[in-house]
Amino acid sequence: MNSQSELINLRLYIAAGTPNSILAVSNLQAIVDEHLVGRHSMEVIDVLKEPSRAIADGVLITPTLVKLFPPPKVSIIGNLGDKVKVLCALDLGSEL
Amino acid sequence: METNVNRLKFFHRRIAFITVIPPMIQKEQAEGIDKVPTGIPGFDEITYGGLPKGRTTLILGGAGSGKTVFALQTLVNGARDFGKPGIFVAFEENSKQIIANASTFGWDLEALEKEKLFFLDARMSPDLVMSGSFDLNGMLASIKAKADEMGATRIVFDSIDVLLTLLNDPVAERQELYRIHDWFSETGLTGIMTFRTGSDENSSERYGFMQFMADCVIALYHRMVDRISLREIRVIKYRGSSFSENEFPMVIGHHGIEIANIGLSEPEYEVFTDRVSTGVERLDSMLSGGYLRGSSILVTGAPGTAKSSLAGAFIEAACKRGERALYVSFDESANEIIRNMTSINIQLEPYVKSGVLRMYSARTEARSAEEHLMNIRRLIAEHKPRCIVIDPLSAMVKAGGHITALGAAERLIHLAKSNGITLLCTSLLEIRGSLTTEATEIRISTIADTWINLSYVPQGGERNRALTIVKSRGTRHSNQVRELILSNEGITLADVYTAGGEVLMGTLRFEREEADKQAEDHERLETESKKIELELGEAEINAKMQALKKQLEANRAEMARLSREDETRRTGGMKKLADLQRLRRAD
Repeated sequence: MNSQSELINLRLYIAAGTPNSILAVSNLQAIVDEHLVGRHSMEVIDVLKEPSRAIADGVLITPTLVKLFPPPKVSIIGNLGDKVKVLCALDLGSEL
Repeated sequence: METNVNRLKFFHRRIAFITVIPPMIQKEQAEGIDKVPTGIPGFDEITYGGLPKGRTTLILGGAGSGKTVFALQTLVNGARDFGKPGIFVAFEENSKQIIANASTFGWDLEALEKEKLFFLDARMSPDLVMSGSFDLNGMLASIKAKADEMGATRIVFDSIDVLLTLLNDPVAERQELYRIHDWFSETGLTGIMTFRTGSDENSSERYGFMQFMADCVIALYHRMVDRISLREIRVIKYRGSSFSENEFPMVIGHHGIEIANIGLSEPEYEVFTDRVSTGVERLDSMLSGGYLRGSSILVTGAPGTAKSSLAGAFIEAACKRGERALYVSFDESANEIIRNMTSINIQLEPYVKSGVLRMYSARTEARSAEEHLMNIRRLIAEHKPRCIVIDPLSAMVKAGGHITALGAAERLIHLAKSNGITLLCTSLLEIRGSLTTEATEIRISTIADTWINLSYVPQGGERNRALTIVKSRGTRHSNQVRELILSNEGITLADVYTAGGEVLMGTLRFEREEADKQAEDHERLETESKKIELELGEAEINAKMQALKKQLEANRAEMARLSREDETRRTGGMKKLADLQRLRRAD
């Protein structure tokens, strides 16, 4: 499969310390640990610390997960509690 | 001692109270509410100062009711006129669209955008994936950082219902709304949120809650009356402040939103005593010199009774005096009017060219009465006329329902009076059967200061124009009906003939005039001849007197001769006797 040979580039915008953001971090970590070991790069941005960056990236709602690579760019809003939806959105439906 | 101190405190308080503070500010201070002016014409008057500072204002309205324009205008005015930068968070449209829309109102957003306005694109992409709940912590933190960076104090969320729909959970919705509300009061930023009503089934529930939460709620309405769009605005609530609770007509015009404020205060106008010419000499004398300056004049009449001509004469007279004038016509172009006026020797073109006169013509159907009024308001501000003609007012107020029309007509008069402008309105008067039907549908005849009625009098196979002054406040005016005659010389008024309780006009009047003239001529001739006759008689008598005098003289001469002869005779006799005695030697 094509996606397996490439490195998936993810970015997670959070507001550190808020319940939804804490959940999002742990939910994403679980998904990554289960499905993407060794084939992803991930960056977590705390909007409370870097607000101008969030504005520049056009991300306002926390938590938001953005898949930057491979295209198409996908944004997922919410605490990522719905694992199936997240995997489908990341084009990892075959992992299920 | 203590009582003295208390008294002193009391005294200080008294002084503070006595200090003269303008009413509006006084009100604000008394209520402890700081307000930010919106700069939207009319709105700051309704709310006694604008929106609550550091609090949440909710703008409710259906699709296309002008919510975004209201919010954006407040932001633009703040940035441009009050030096208060702002942030516009756009959930519905992208910022490019908004900037393009704003440019139609003549707001140069690109110039402001550099430092005083910031547009935040918060539109959700259509292929956005939702997975679990989220909150607005991050968003509010980002906006706060941006606000601090640029010193922004006004924040717009347009529209908040898009964001709430995304939350998809009533409990979360309330939570986030509280979060926003608290965020505004904590940061001291002034928040404006737009909310589209009636968009889905959750709307009413949200609507109720939003109204409860917000400190100030403004509703915008957009209705259709007689196929004409009407807009209204109403302040539903305003925590900690009084406000005007009525619905106010609103217009989205060339420069954005304008609100028709009927004038909350009692009418107080500058009063003039000088008169302005009606442009018709005899009408001036009928009105003891002309219309009162700053008054409103209504000219009513059936079609073709020369209402416009009377209006034209008034405007021409104003231009001749060098006063700036405005002629507003409906469904008739300026050029047509100018051409038609020349036929009765009213020359408007030179004044249009010199800029003294501004002609403005509008289509009736295209706009509501309110919109027309807003246009007139703008023209007054631009042109600064001293005399205005609205020809006809009935066309203007026909558009958009009776209540609006009445209000618009009243506000027009108020507008003119508060600017010291002499206003002449013509109005079509539908004659129903008789001439005595003297009432205007819009009932402005009661608020107009002078009411001139023009009518047709069909008589002897002719229709002639009659002019009556129905009323004229503060003016001793003629109660007589006059015939109005249009000719290529201009407008003239003629006396009408009353014969046997009937007025004569036109040819009948002319015939009567001719007959009278003849009779007069006849009488004059008769007198002449009588005079001559008498003179002759006098001459005759004089001659006779002369003859008699001569005769008298002759008589007297005769008499003198006779008495002389008598004397001679008598003295002759005496002498003869003496001679005889002497001769006879008588004793």
